[in-house]
Amino acid sequence: MKRTEEKARLERRSFLKISLLAGGGVMLGLTTEHKAAAQGRGTPGPPPDPHNYIKVAPDGTVTIIAKNPELGQGVKTMLPMLIAEELDVDWKQCKIEQADFDDRKYAAQSAGGSTATPVNFNPMRQVGAAGRALFVTAAAKTWGVPESECTTGSGRVTHQGQSLSYGELTAKVADLPAPDLSTLKLKDPTDYKIVGHAQTQIDLHSIVTGKPLFAIDVKLPGMLHASFERCPVLGGRVVSANLDDIKKMPGIKQAFIVKGPDFEGMPLRYPDLVDGVAILADNWWQAQQARRALKVQWNEGAAAAGSSTAFAQHAAELAKQPPQRTIRQDGDPDAAFKSAHKVVEAAYSYPFISHAPLEPQGATAHFNNGKMEIWTNSQQPGSGRRQVSQILGIPQDDVVLHMVRGGGGFGRRLTNDYMIEAAAIAKQAGVPVKLLWSREDDMEHDYYRPGGFQYLKAGLDSSGNVVAWQDHFISYGEGKDFVSSGAIGAFEFPQRFVPNYALQSSVQPLGLRTGALRAPTSNAIAFVIHSFIEELAQAAGKDSLEFRMTLLNQAPAVAEGASAPPGVNAERMKGVLQLVAEKSGWGKKTFPKGTALGIGFHFSHQGYFAEVAEVTVTSPSANAHKVKVNKIWIAADVGHQIVNPSGAENICQGGVIDGMSELMSQKITIEKGRVQQTNFHQHGMMRMAQAPPQIEVHYLKTTYGPTGLGEPALPPILPAVANAIYNASGKRVRSLPFSDSGFSWA
Amino acid sequence: MAFKLNVNGHTSTVDAPADMPLLWALRDILDLRGTKYGCGIGQCGACTVHLGGQAVRSCITTLSMVKDQPITTLEGLSADGTHPVQVAWEDIDVPQCGYCQAGQMMTAAALLAKNPKPTDHDIDTAMNGNLCRCGTYLRIRAAVHKAAELTGTGAGTRSAGAGGQHNRE
Repeated sequence: MKRTEEKARLERRSFLKISLLAGGGVMLGLTTEHKAAAQGRGTPGPPPDPHNYIKVAPDGTVTIIAKNPELGQGVKTMLPMLIAEELDVDWKQCKIEQADFDDRKYAAQSAGGSTATPVNFNPMRQVGAAGRALFVTAAAKTWGVPESECTTGSGRVTHQGQSLSYGELTAKVADLPAPDLSTLKLKDPTDYKIVGHAQTQIDLHSIVTGKPLFAIDVKLPGMLHASFERCPVLGGRVVSANLDDIKKMPGIKQAFIVKGPDFEGMPLRYPDLVDGVAILADNWWQAQQARRALKVQWNEGAAAAGSSTAFAQHAAELAKQPPQRTIRQDGDPDAAFKSAHKVVEAAYSYPFISHAPLEPQGATAHFNNGKMEIWTNSQQPGSGRRQVSQILGIPQDDVVLHMVRGGGGFGRRLTNDYMIEAAAIAKQAGVPVKLLWSREDDMEHDYYRPGGFQYLKAGLDSSGNVVAWQDHFISYGEGKDFVSSGAIGAFEFPQRFVPNYALQSSVQPLGLRTGALRAPTSNAIAFVIHSFIEELAQAAGKDSLEFRMTLLNQAPAVAEGASAPPGVNAERMKGVLQLVAEKSGWGKKTFPKGTALGIGFHFSHQGYFAEVAEVTVTSPSANAHKVKVNKIWIAADVGHQIVNPSGAENICQGGVIDGMSELMSQKITIEKGRVQQTNFHQHGMMRMAQAPPQIEVHYLKTTYGPTGLGEPALPPILPAVANAIYNASGKRVRSLPFSDSGFSWA
Repeated sequence: MAFKLNVNGHTSTVDAPADMPLLWALRDILDLRGTKYGCGIGQCGACTVHLGGQAVRSCITTLSMVKDQPITTLEGLSADGTHPVQVAWEDIDVPQCGYCQAGQMMTAAALLAKNPKPTDHDIDTAMNGNLCRCGTYLRIRAAVHKAAELTGTGAGTRSAGAGGQHNRE
């Protein structure tokens, strides 16, 4: 036992020594690596160790490591705020440093699923508290006083008039054992000085002064710029290319074919490295120019038969047939429909859409002496490293990832295709390579939000209550499997709130890559479910809010002591509905003709959101309708603590603007296996003049643990605006995007 | 071909084809990477710079079109972030990912140079060509007003703390 401890300390000491050299001064330990953690790759990671997250210089400068990828969601600010709060230092005193990828030190390092807050809220605070405890111990030992009599603040330990800064204590801290995280006392939230107070984001000054921050800005000595031509049909294989012609073009240094792994048939997921032709030049524009002269003979393969028109026809046929599967059934829907007072039916659909983060895909890679070094803005670097290792045959330990800021992610960078491409090209090129996709590459080779079709039927009793619900969900996939993000959950609302419920599904094959787009599945399903619920409210002759409250009251009571059922917590959802109703003046306002409110709610990614939109619809002609969104109210229950109110408000507002873009004008179509849209003019994004003048964000503070905001604000805005448009114009649109039905922003 | 470019007050010679867009000469040759590529067809505004004082899309402005007009990029508004637009952007904590913001700030600076007290409508009209994928439009609007105020008081002085006119709890 003693020997083990000693060994651990020796290891720690050796690491401290390295940090001394690297830091050029006296710095608190950098990289304590626990043996158990090092062995535990793929299993739950090491316990958070303050030595991995906090550096303190003798002058008192505190450096906090931000462990997760930053793509605009604000974690580089938010996670260090939690550490700084419990460390009890001044926020202005802290420098924040982005971690490289190292799952031995930091366990999960990813950006997705709005998970950063719920996963890290406690561990990051514990890290800070452990750091604080070390300084208290060191000071108390120095003075020979009880630790309990010491207080901290602004990076100093104080005891009856004597005081030492953390900087002055660094040498003494190095020899102390790390405190037991579970015994640390955390601050009372009423004492927070950093958390819960608006902080501007860490990279703000670099952004406004144009510093090279993003993946596209990486530059290495001797680096070439690469452009990569892929087959317009997914899975196409290169037969030949006019490489000799290309190599003669101005500025071109190299041109070669890259082969993806072999695969057979039409699997649900193609390999993330596809065949293509790489062109390398001194600057990216010349590589792109040469690409115009590139002639590639492709073997396009089976996906070349794909067509949006055919997909829609096939879905309509599937809708007439018995569903292939029943995902969930409660009660006796057939009997309930027979005895229902009123039955309402509607068919909804939504298209494929592209992520289109403003920074196109790209990464920089250098293969040298058997080691692959990559600079990437991946949202999931761990799986990217694994894939680079597998596909290119390089041991994982020889793949080094530097995490660089991403110009938006929205789920696109959860897949690492572009990083694997950069690595594959660099391995073949033998020089450092920066791969950059054009906007056209990005829009034509995305992992799209899958389109889908939902055939809904609901039965109302004579009081207007929903007694039966049936949803035939038609998506893409094979057998029992849906394509990525093309599924629906068995507990999707209103399951449990309607006694007779059937969720059924059918799938058709697809030759297109799909993936998670911000609030995956919810971004489409919320539009369908909560537009249809509004249709039911109309059929029942009930007020929209009252109808939803009644529906939320229909869940059977949970027995005392039983665990909470999966899906929506009715009390929390009613809470945000009530709040948004109050803030928006629901039912208390009168509007001129053509102006109305609409409401929607949705539960996703652990967040409860209800939103109200006020819109004005004008119709210059029978088939042209202009929509102005005058104001939006958001009510959110994401638990008891908003960590950074500035970032939180920004991302909630951005989420609803994103959702409105999806509602109005985004659609990817496929013909002959080829994506038809190439750039922003064909895949519209909301612009400044279209954005509502006001988006109010209100939080309902509850006793639940804090959860994330990156995604759950988005889904409810689609039905809220759709329902407002209906209330303002009488037009019920059941197919996205609304531009296909003659609508546009005013 | 050799082109003499006056960028941010410095003259450099760039040897590149005449049809090369200014964006790539700035980024890949002159190493001014603050200006960003978003679409390449003048749809998103991420590449906005000033050419002869006008906001232009550098992705569709070729080197041959530059002639002897001076070029200003974000790095040239001020290196230390003291231009009122930069100060306002920091004060309001505008960005999320930040990728579009160079273009947003350059368009805003060109607007304010012509129209020191823009209305919401003026701002919407001037800024409508600049996409923000993260949807920070409300803060951009607030920041342009803030920059106008700062310009009016003749100072790029920074006020304390994050945020301005946004709702917080």
